[in-house]
Amino acid sequence: MRRVVITGLGMVTPLGCGVEQNWAAIKAGKSGIRRIESFPVDDIACQIAGLIPRGDGTNGTFNPDLAMDPKDQRKVDDFIIFALEAARQAVEDSGWKPTDYDDQVRSGVLVGSGIGGINGIVEAGYTLRDKGPRRVSPFFIPGRLINLTAGYISIAHGYKGPNSSVVTACSTGSHAIGDAARLIANDEADVMIAGGSESPVCRISLAGFASMKALCFAFNDRPEQGSRPYDRDRDGFVMGEGAGVVVVEELEHAKKRGATIYGEIVGYGMSGDAYHITAPSEDGDGAYRCMKAALRHAKISPDEIGYVNAHGTSTMADGIEVGAVERLFGDAARDLAMSSTKSMTGHLLGAAGAIEAIYTTLAVRDGVLPPTINLDNPNVETSIDLVPHKAKEKKLRYALSNSFGFGGTNASLIVKAFEG
Amino acid sequence: MSEVAEKVKNIVIDHLGVDADKVVLEASFIEDLGADSLDTVELVMAFEEAFGVEIPDDAAETILTVGDAVKFLEKATA
Repeated sequence: MRRVVITGLGMVTPLGCGVEQNWAAIKAGKSGIRRIESFPVDDIACQIAGLIPRGDGTNGTFNPDLAMDPKDQRKVDDFIIFALEAARQAVEDSGWKPTDYDDQVRSGVLVGSGIGGINGIVEAGYTLRDKGPRRVSPFFIPGRLINLTAGYISIAHGYKGPNSSVVTACSTGSHAIGDAARLIANDEADVMIAGGSESPVCRISLAGFASMKALCFAFNDRPEQGSRPYDRDRDGFVMGEGAGVVVVEELEHAKKRGATIYGEIVGYGMSGDAYHITAPSEDGDGAYRCMKAALRHAKISPDEIGYVNAHGTSTMADGIEVGAVERLFGDAARDLAMSSTKSMTGHLLGAAGAIEAIYTTLAVRDGVLPPTINLDNPNVETSIDLVPHKAKEKKLRYALSNSFGFGGTNASLIVKAFEG
Repeated sequence: MSEVAEKVKNIVIDHLGVDADKVVLEASFIEDLGADSLDTVELVMAFEEAFGVEIPDDAAETILTVGDAVKFLEKATA
């Protein structure tokens, strides 16, 4: 089987623009959650979100002009611009910029989103209602379609191989990276740009998730404390915006060109709950089978995993995931560390799995466990180290990242330290 | 430059993100100003909105340059 390694990383999140910027913030246990001020939220129960720091591109701020020509930005929703920025970083980092036709056709893109251009759809709906069909922009459709992330990225970087998107709610980013790795393993491409992007911070999606009582309502005056997985006072998830993109590559291809190798993707598991449209089953069966499938793919036993980057959204599902991990790991759970980086970033929905795969990769690279911040009073009893408040050092060989989405769609990735 | 021409020019600059000195009457939206077919549809919409006129599809197809737009809109708003 062809082996797949990670050779490029890129991200824009509430913790900043750029991978090292993000990693420094994660290790310092910083929160990217703030009050929403760019549109009215007085009538919405949740008024906080993980917001990307915008600026001129220095000091880890996000400057959209670096990702996309300003005149084109108004044609698309933000999730496409975020994806382009994360892809720009990842391609730059990997150094793979194919110009020969034969290289281009072996280089593909698989980037998805959970809800895509939902805000632009609402806006166009108003235009249609108020001004009629002749005023709906010709860019309405291509600026909202989820697979236009992959489309725009392929155009920007000349990647002419497989071009696709994943739409699996909050599992999107993990599925995209896993599916891309599989395309390479199956010899359908040598290099893939893969990840997820989301721009959900707008009135319509806040309203929708608020109606489900899924969002955090109780921390509008203390936004940085709002995302608090496993804590007694957790009150729902906090939405976040951003994108994570990786370049994954066939091992020999990467070696031949002397690429920096961050880690190896050795395991990918998928499962379906077949239970409820939004809630996981109490016994965490879907999560359990998903992680088990990833371990089987990696041909390793649970005790070889040193760290789990949890789905951990700061909702009732947190404890169910912990239970599934305990059941799968058995006695090995005592030596396991598991944290939720969503405590710092908020929940980036379709981008979550992608940014968390990157944090997981960096955890393995540096032997650092990201913390779960705001974990003041745990409401789950477990022997697993949930890494409260502060990052820790721990040498890691294998780490696993979980993502679970509405519809009962689950994905687990296993990253291994690169050992040649 | 007429008032109509000035208004057209500003719309073109705004939508296509091009330098003002390139937006001359002879300039073709696609050949000279980097527009694609979707951009031209959007430009026509912007003209309709700004001038409060309707530009039927068969007329829109004949508006290929800045000058074509100015000529059509001067006539339509006269």
